[in-house]
Amino acid sequence: MNATPLLALDATGVSVRFNGAGKGVTALSNVSFTLEQGGFLTLLGPSGCGKSTLLRVIADITKPTSGAILVLGKTPDEARRNREIGFVFQESALLPWCNVIDNVRLPLAVGGKHKKAANQGPSAEELLALVGLAGWEKSFPHELSGGMRQRVAIARALLGGPKLLLMDEPFGALDEITRDRLNEEMLRIWRETGTTVVFVTHSIYEAAFLGQQVMMLAARPGRVREIIQIDLPEPRKLALRETADFTKMAGYLRTVLETC
Amino acid sequence: MSVQTMESQETADAALQETADASWVARQRSEAFERYLMPVIGTVLLVVVWWLIIVAFKVPPYIAPSPVAVAVTFANKFQLLFSNLVPTALEALGGFLIGNVLAVATATVFVHSRRIERIVYPVAVLLNSIPIVAKVPILILLLGNGMEPKIAIAALIVYFPTLVNMVRGLQAVSPQSMELMHILSATKAEVFWRLRLQTSLPYLFSALKIAASTATLGAIVGEWIGSQVGIGALIIQATYNFDSELLYATVLMGAFFSLAFFLVILGAERAFVRWQPESR
Ligand SMILES: Nc1ncnc2c1ncn2[C@@H]1O[C@H](COP(=O)(O)OP(=O)(O)OP(=O)(O)O)[C@@H](O)[C@H]1O
Ligand SMILES: [Mg+2]
Repeated sequence: MNATPLLALDATGVSVRFNGAGKGVTALSNVSFTLEQGGFLTLLGPSGCGKSTLLRVIADITKPTSGAILVLGKTPDEARRNREIGFVFQESALLPWCNVIDNVRLPLAVGGKHKKAANQGPSAEELLALVGLAGWEKSFPHELSGGMRQRVAIARALLGGPKLLLMDEPFGALDEITRDRLNEEMLRIWRETGTTVVFVTHSIYEAAFLGQQVMMLAARPGRVREIIQIDLPEPRKLALRETADFTKMAGYLRTVLETC
Repeated sequence: MSVQTMESQETADAALQETADASWVARQRSEAFERYLMPVIGTVLLVVVWWLIIVAFKVPPYIAPSPVAVAVTFANKFQLLFSNLVPTALEALGGFLIGNVLAVATATVFVHSRRIERIVYPVAVLLNSIPIVAKVPILILLLGNGMEPKIAIAALIVYFPTLVNMVRGLQAVSPQSMELMHILSATKAEVFWRLRLQTSLPYLFSALKIAASTATLGAIVGEWIGSQVGIGALIIQATYNFDSELLYATVLMGAFFSLAFFLVILGAERAFVRWQPESR
């Protein structure tokens, strides 16, 4: 359509207000930003600054009170129906009565007429191999460790080859060792699939290690504080975190975070 | 770290998990042994204490029989007992089926319409608050003296607990799962069949296990007024005839049926809800 390539995300003046009991909360106030396709954006900010809310607006779970967001040039609603969005939750949200392969294939099993879209892209088996779980097809979620469950959730989110992968603190409940390992894995998966990733985290190190860009949100009301480019040598490996460049970057993020 | 070492780490994790699993299985086994042995010990103790009391206090047979006498009567009059169990069992099963199907259907309607729930639920609470012994004569007047009123009583008695549990079970879906279904553009029917129904199964089965014994109870109580056959009728006849041995043997027959019914439901639960580890 356009001469310029389609943006993965294009938000203009997105605000979300919750009118709960009492005075209500402005979760997001006038949020504008763009994200190019193939990017890896991490969202960082203090608790309650609206990171999850922003992700949910993109995924069409929450409607913005005002403003608009375009996902691959469409409304979030259209993008969702086209199966262009994958979502990974903090708790893996696997179906405990389905084995691993059936969990990954859930997008093929539900969605009315929209489920056909899930036939595109790599197969469930290929995705399980991609996340390092080949051979675990027949296991049940309660037989897996927390890290393995998140891998299954990532494979499920990738079924149908979504162009945009949204992740809300996917490794937040994991121990540090598993988390580090999955961080490195995540970068490999991002490179191999070429999908755009928006990744919410509480960890400065995770934000800097994963993100090509870090979007810092400030709280009360939730708003964009700063978008920081992370220029670090690629491909990133865990050892990168010991380098002076990385430490400097993380230090900078910390000073910005303290003003949020 | 390469993918290779990652996978070998995972395998090591799995091996560790396996040894943990082995000791878990062993623990489970001894637990199972405990679980099945202890009730047997309890039952034997009860019978022994019962027998001792009868012998020590020289209780006359028309007040309470000895366990031996009950066992002999149970064996001798097995034909009579069994022929009276058949109608009671049919009524209990019929009531169980009808009451639970209606309860599950009502719960399904409730989770899809708050308004209908607000209209119907108070009525269900009201009907449930009428004591069962008060419902029996009303239903007998309404439905006559056949099996129908007994089935109706059994159905009424199981309806409410199953309804309450099923509503809770269908709503026990985690918000994240609902959001996942939304992202996948799942239809309401898909959410129901794929998510709600499965989530509700443990709740449903805990209600069904209670229903197995209450349905039997309902059928027996239903037979207390004006019935000629059934465990309930036999209980009343034996009581009027001061035939305590027959009375106890009849109660025993009813209890055996109730227990068997319960165990069948338990077996079905094990078969259908395998995904949930016992510890949870
Ligand atoms: N459904 C809702 N109803 C009312 N208020 C809400 C709702 N969801 C979020 N909020 C409020 O909006 C604000 C932002 O919430 P959000 O979950 O987006 O924050 P967050 O940045 O993800 O926080 P955390 O890092 O703790 O996950 C909070 O003040 C929260 O209380
Ligand atoms: Mg959050």
